[in-house]
Order: sequence, then C-alpha cells, then structure tokens
Amino acid sequence: MPDTLAISRVNDFVVRFANTNGSGSASANELFARAVLRMGVPVAARNIFPSNIQGLPTWYEVRVCEAGYLGARGGTDLVVAMNPQTFAKDQAGLEPGGYLIYDSTRPVQKSQFREDITVLGAPLGAICNKEYNDPRERQLFKNIMYIGVLAAVLEMDTGEIDTLIGRQFAGKERLIEANVRAFHLGRDWAIENLPCPIGLCVRRADAVGGRIFIDGNSATALGAVFGGATVCAWYPITPSTSIADAFSAYCARFRIDPETGKKRYAIIQTEDELASSGMVIGAAWNGARAFAPTSGPGISLMQEFLGLAYFAEIPAVIMDVQRGGPSTGMPTRTQQSDILLAAYASHGDTKHVLLFPEGPAEAFEFSALSFDLADRLQTPVLLMLDLDIGMNHRLCAPLRWDDDRVYDRGKVMTAADLDAGKDFGRYLDVDGDGIPYRTYPGTHPRKGSYFTRGTTRDRYARYTEEGGPYVDNMERLLKKFETAKDLVPGPVITLASIPSRYGVIYFGSTSPAMDEAADLLEADGHALDRMRVRAFPFNRDVDAFLRAHEAVFVVEQNRDAQLRTLIITECGVNPAKLTPVLHFDGTPITARFIAAAIAARLGEAAKQSERAVA
Amino acid sequence: MSYLAKPKFHHPALPENTLGYTRRDYEGAISTLCAGCGHDSITAAIVEACFELSIAPHRVAKISGIGCSSKTPTYFLGNSHGFNSVHGRMPSVLTGASLANRDLIYLGVSGDGDSASIGLGQFAHALRRGVNMVYIVENNGVYGLTKGQFSATADDGSKSKQGVVNIDKPIDLTALALQLGASYVARSFSGDKAQLVSLIKGAIEHEGAALVDVISPCVAFNNHVGSTKSYDYVREHNIAVNRLDVIVGRTPITVDYEPGKLELVQQHDGSWLRLRKLNAEYSVHDRRAAIDFLLEHEAKSEIVTGLLYVASDKDELHADLNTTDTPLNALSQKELCPGMARLEEINASLG
Ligand SMILES: Cc1ncc(C[n+]2csc(CCOP(=O)(O)OP(=O)(O)O)c2C)c(N)n1
Ligand code: SF4
Ligand SMILES: [Mg+2]
Repeated sequence: MPDTLAISRVNDFVVRFANTNGSGSASANELFARAVLRMGVPVAARNIFPSNIQGLPTWYEVRVCEAGYLGARGGTDLVVAMNPQTFAKDQAGLEPGGYLIYDSTRPVQKSQFREDITVLGAPLGAICNKEYNDPRERQLFKNIMYIGVLAAVLEMDTGEIDTLIGRQFAGKERLIEANVRAFHLGRDWAIENLPCPIGLCVRRADAVGGRIFIDGNSATALGAVFGGATVCAWYPITPSTSIADAFSAYCARFRIDPETGKKRYAIIQTEDELASSGMVIGAAWNGARAFAPTSGPGISLMQEFLGLAYFAEIPAVIMDVQRGGPSTGMPTRTQQSDILLAAYASHGDTKHVLLFPEGPAEAFEFSALSFDLADRLQTPVLLMLDLDIGMNHRLCAPLRWDDDRVYDRGKVMTAADLDAGKDFGRYLDVDGDGIPYRTYPGTHPRKGSYFTRGTTRDRYARYTEEGGPYVDNMERLLKKFETAKDLVPGPVITLASIPSRYGVIYFGSTSPAMDEAADLLEADGHALDRMRVRAFPFNRDVDAFLRAHEAVFVVEQNRDAQLRTLIITECGVNPAKLTPVLHFDGTPITARFIAAAIAARLGEAAKQSERAVA
Repeated sequence: MSYLAKPKFHHPALPENTLGYTRRDYEGAISTLCAGCGHDSITAAIVEACFELSIAPHRVAKISGIGCSSKTPTYFLGNSHGFNSVHGRMPSVLTGASLANRDLIYLGVSGDGDSASIGLGQFAHALRRGVNMVYIVENNGVYGLTKGQFSATADDGSKSKQGVVNIDKPIDLTALALQLGASYVARSFSGDKAQLVSLIKGAIEHEGAALVDVISPCVAFNNHVGSTKSYDYVREHNIAVNRLDVIVGRTPITVDYEPGKLELVQQHDGSWLRLRKLNAEYSVHDRRAAIDFLLEHEAKSEIVTGLLYVASDKDELHADLNTTDTPLNALSQKELCPGMARLEEINASLG
C-alpha cells in the first residue's frame, strides 16, 4: 500500500475493538479509553453488543478527539479485530488508509486483506500459549496484550496504563503484576516487530480538565440516592438493569444505619413491570420516594398504572432507558422511540411529565429533580434516557450537589395543619395552580383521611359519577400541567454566530452529535440556531423559538418523528415548518449524518429560491 | 348515585373499646351493593374485628383492586386512607405502601376475579414475599361487577344463572397460598359472622402474609340451584376444622373446653389464638397435611373452613429486607442524602 494513503492524525481518530461476548475484553478495552483520558485527551466510548451472554460479536468503539466532540463519528480508523467471525466485516468498515491489528497466530492469506489499509499482525495467541497454561488466563491476558500492542503503535504513555491496572486490581498484588506483565509483553513485541509508530498517535494534551467518566445509568442511580428515593421496584431489562444494580451498590455504601446496620432503602425485584409500577405507586401514595427503572417494553406494561397515577395524582418516578423495538436483537441498540408512548401513556385523557437528559451529568441532576417534580406536581415523571446515555461511559462535568438544597416534598398537609383547622379537600385547588394538598395515610386519628380512586370523585374525594365534577377535575389536571411548564427544565438555546432564519431542535443523546454537526454546518456556511428541548410539557421558551424561525429541523432517533408530532400537537405549529431529520438504525446518531441531512435540505431550499428569482 | 354519608349520630350508650372508639367509628359510607350481597357481611365483620381489637382507625390502610368486592373499602373504616387501584393489582400497590411505612396495618381487599383471574400473578408474588398484610378475598365464583361471568374460582360443573356449565378447573386460593408460603391461611363464609370475625382478627394480629378466603355469595348472579357458591350450597357443604378466638395481651383462660380439644398458639406480636378443634386430627401447623386435607375434601365437594395454617417461624418482608425500624417515609433528608462531600469522593474516583 502506498504510504501516502495511510491516515495520519494525532488525537483525532476512531479505534474499534471487535470481540466476542463473554471473552472478558470489556475491562481491557475500557482500560485503553481511560489511559487516553489520563493523557489529557477526551474520548467517547461506546458499547455495541448483542442480546446474548456468550459467543456473539461485540464491539467497543473509542473515539479519540482532542477537539472534544463526544458524539459517535461514524467510520473506523483502526480496528483491533479479535473476532474471526466478523473479521471481514470489521476490515470492510475501515476508512481508506486505516489500520488493522489482528492475531497472526493463524496465518491469513494476503489476498484476504484490503489493499488500501495497513495490516499489523501480532501473534498474540502464540505468545499467550507460550506464557500461560490456564485457558482462561490465556484469553484474559490476550486482551491486555493487545492493549500493549496498541500502546506501542499509538505511542502511548505506559505509566498511565500501569497506574490504571494498579487501581483496577488494588489490593491484589499478584493480579497487578500479572496484568502489567501481559501488557508489556504485548507492547515489547510490537516495538520490536511492528513499524512503530504508525500514522495515528495519542499525544499528551490538556483537554480533559476536571471532567469525570461515568455511565448514565450509574449517574441516574446516584441521582435517586441523592434525591432521597427509598423504594426501587424493578424488573430486569437491558438497558435499564444497571440503574437498579448501581442503586443497590450506592445504597449499600451510603444508606446503612450506622448504629443498627439496617437499610434505609428497599429494593424489590418484581415479577413484572405491572408490579414494579404498582409498588412505586403504593409507596409514593404512602409518602416515600419511589422509582422503577425500565425500558420500552416495561413502559408498555405500565400503561394502565401510569393512567391511574395520573388521575389519582401520585408522584411516581419511572426511568425509561430507551432501546429498539420489541423482542430481542435490536433491543440492545439505542433509540429515542418511546416519546409518544410515554407522553400520553394510558387510556383516558392523560399527559405526563418527561425529562430528557443529554448525558450522565444531566441524568444525575434530572434523576434527583424528578422526585421533587413528582412530589410538587403529584403526578408521574418519566426520565427518558436511552441506551447510548445509559450504558456507555461519557465524559462529563463532575456531579454537583448543593448541600443547602431542601427536598421539595410538595403540598402535604400535616396533623398540625389539620388540627389548626385547615380545610382539607384532596382535589381542591386552593392555590390556583391546579395542585391540591394531600395527606399521608396514618396522619391524623379523625381528620384528613380520604379515599383514592382514578376518577369519579369530587373536590373532597367523595364518590360521584356526575359529569360536572368530572369535567371540573379534568380541567384542574390541565391547569396543573400548565403549572408544570414553568417547573420543568427549560430548553437550552444556542444561537448561531450570525442571525439565522433556520432553527434545529434536538434532545437527549443527540446532543454531542448535534453540537459537532452545527460546527460542520457553520464551516460550510450554514448558520442555524439550535434548541435542546429538556422536558415535556414544553416550556414557554419552546414556543418562542418556534415562532422566531422560518423553518426548523427536528432531529430524532426514531422513524416516526415523535418529538415533532408532540410539538405540532402541543404547540399548535404548522407541520410544514418542521422538517424531520431521522436516524433509527440502532446505532447512535452521528454528526456526519445530521450535517449531511441538513446541508442537503438547505441546498435544495437555496436552489429553489434561486429558481424563483430567475 | 353519589356519596351517601352515614349520619354520625353517637348514641351515648354505644359501647366503646379500650381506645374509646365505638363501632360507628369503624364504619364507612352506606353500601351501594345489592341487598343480601355476601360482601356486606364481610364489611360488617371487618368493622367488628377492628372494633374488638381496638385498632386506631387511621393506622389502617385499605387497598383494593376493582370489582364489587373491591368497592367495599368505602363502606368500612371511614377514617382510614383507602386506595381503589386497578383490576388485579392490589397486591403490588399494597406491597409498595407497606415498604414505605411498616408501621401501618395493611388491609388488602379483593375479589376472586381480581385475585384468581386477572391478578393471579400479583396474588402469588405478594404471598411468597411475605408482605405483612391481611389479604381478604371476597370469593363469589363470578365477576359480580361485570354481571356474572365465571371467575377462576368457579367449580368445574357449577351452573351459571343462564344455565351454562363451567368446564374449567377451579383455583383454590387457600391451597395455592399454602404452597406459596403464606404464613397465615384461613377460609371462611360470609354467612358465619362469628367465625369470620375471629379469623380476620387473627389475621390482623399476625405478622406476615395472611390470606382469608371468604366464600361470599353473589345474590344477583350466583345464588341459584346449580351454583356451588350459593348460601344454601355453602351451608350444606361447609366443614369447619376449628373455631378460633383471638385474645390480645393476656394469657387466655382455658377452663370451659373439653381437654384435648383445645389448642393455644401464640403469635409473634404476643397475641394468642385459642383454637377449639372440631376435627381432632387437623393440625394448623402442617402445611403439607393442610393441602392434602383440602384436596381430599374438595374431591367430596366439601368446603373446608377455619384456620387452615399458621406458621411458627416469623417470615415477613421487612425482616427479610432488613429495613430500618423507622418507616422509610419518615427518614429525614439528612439520613437519605449523602451530601456534596461524598459526591466529591465519587467524582474523584471517576476521573
Ligand atoms: C383491566 C380491566 N379489565 C376488565 C375490567 C372490568 N372488570 C371490572 S370488575 C371485573 C371483575 C370483578 O370480579 P371480582 O374480582 O370477582 O369482583 P366481584 O365483583 O365479583 O366482587 C372486571 C372484569 C377492568 N376493570 N379492568
Ligand atoms: S352483583 Fe353480586 S357481588 Fe355485586 S353487589 Fe350484587 S350481589 Fe354483590
Ligand atoms: Mg367475584
């Protein structure tokens, strides 16, 4: 291959690891990502994994990007192809001039390699077989060894990797030594036998700062701990399971009564999501902060209960880590396809509060906030994550908590209030904001008790099937939803450097790709104002942004333009004004995709207006 | 129809319990069920049981599903919080409520459609978790509220009002509860108030999952000849294995019964169950024998009632989970929120 073709880039390339599920490669791959970070260079890491436990292909992608773009870029510059099953596909996915690292223990015919790439074979299997007897050790150390090869060809600091290995196996000296040795075996072999360095290189920089590297599900679980959740009811489902796991781990650390050793929390693995939503509703009705982490299929099962919670005005918190459609397979891929399902969940006239965090830092913040919002509004709040946020480590601002912050438990009447003679009507709008007072069961021997039902009640919670009181109640619920508009996080608006007629709306995990796409578009002469929507109901600033722009793109990771539908319905916008930009193949959306789609539309529009002038 | 408040008129001569409450204090709104409905007798038994045990009404939470049976919590304990949830899902709502506050008494009210048909899953899982509750099934073999279709407890061969014969096998909720590990299992009949009141009292005093399956005839749809859940049929086929008295807070006096026929069982809260054995062979401590006994008598079309089983080991969800004695809903922000210093440590470990 002519050398001129080989990609040559410092701190700006994509490495992809191709492994098999269950081979123990995940921790080695993460070690690589963390080592780059410790060299001061931002990374964006993503898992692409199948819906099974062992044997199927998995990939781990690390985008090394000093410029700080954290969205998926698309394309691969270097692949570590450890899975013979996907070898051909992995090679095919390389950019022209890219690099292939593979295990050359078993010879591969020259004709099987692409001609426009650099092939770097390392006999990892052979080295392992010579060094280790135990088959499991051979597998595990082979993983560390290819990190050694990578460190050699990319000229990485070995000190960082040694430190990370020490940290990972802290207290287990034998393991530290063995892993460090395997790493150096791979690295030394590569330095002697491969043409190091290659065109790609990680060079120490100072672009990471004080940021942390955390997955959205852990951040969400931490948010629930800080937000005062005491009851977690869940049913296992990828990609939400790790929220319950992390909540359990953080509670074991922070929520044990030091005197008695007893738990200040309860976690129930339920029989299904009907039960998990039911338990959350029961606990919240009774004054505890409770949540259920789940994914789309769980939200489907929770429909009836979500409606009950809406009508009965129960502060239930549900986390939806969105994934692809039903059954197995696509479900371990990412999507934003539950927006309408969640917004209007259940039968009858219902609407729910949704929060759309862009990444782990906001997932933490919104997770804690969701308990305040739910208590304040006495209604379900759904935290809408997705697999891309939930199950990937993301570089983000350190998590913050204001120690002066006081939980907002909403309007709760106490025994003292009742004794003081305050008028208690469970569904009485005393403040004009649509939000009534509630009492917790067991508050007072003679006052303040009420009977909770879906509908069919008057302002004092007395049973009635009359139309008047029903309408009265339904209108109050609408008023409450209006109140919610000012309580939920408003949109984040970023104006282009010059005034623009065009706007773009996006949300959730699309955020990093959109930021990058905006830079690409601006470099191409397309200036767009952008608005990241962070909650439903839409804050009033959303209406203003829609009004201020002639044409608006709505970028989403689903087929049916669900957020667009929600905007059209709730903001009364002319649909022609909103152009959908849709990505829904299960991979995270990329800046290249967004920029190309928008540039094409803007190009068309420009041509049309030229024709009009001519 | 709308809400009918019962006139709160206290007759000075009404007897009071040790807390100073009269029976009136345990009543609710006037029932809107059909006159003669078995469910109303269960309502009356709950009122009586709570009065006799001197339970502070506001310390009870009543939770139900959907059905005529599930409407009844409106008709008793008017000073307690109640929750009419969704069809078949009372157990999960009750479990969540119990997790939030372990100090209240949880009274779950359900029907046979609610528990054995649509809600069989939740029925099973709440019992196997050992939720501390009184779970009452008002069992009439039909869906009363939707006008008389067979439920999953209808007996094979039982005839509907229109003459349709049920061909599916019935689910025996007590046998199922025994198998699932419920720690207090009883069956009663809404036509036998004395038995019912004492079984409910025993269930309230019991710590753990207590099931009381009450055969409760539906006069509108399942009280005819050919039904196996009619008043007449149940009276004719009822065999009670024991009579129960619940005595709270003192050792019971045991003089007035034939020796050998009386058994005393102490519950974990210190209360005593005084059992007068009607069947000398029957033991309330043997789960397996109880299931055998039920199956054997079911085969003879007999309906076994009484206290069927009470566990000697304590088995209760909060104990299993090792939650704090302070109810979770009463923990302060200080106890719940780790604070910024801890978060800094976490941030540092994630750099
Ligand atoms: C999801 C759902 N499906 C169906 C119904 C209609 N429904 C209301 S009550 C009922 C049956 C109640 O039967 P049971 O629990 O035996 O109570 P009963 O009226 O006999 O006391 C049904 C099917 C419902 N409320 N919800
Ligand atoms: S329909 Fe049957 S269950 Fe319902 S109230 Fe009437 S008698 Fe009772
Ligand atoms: Mg019934």
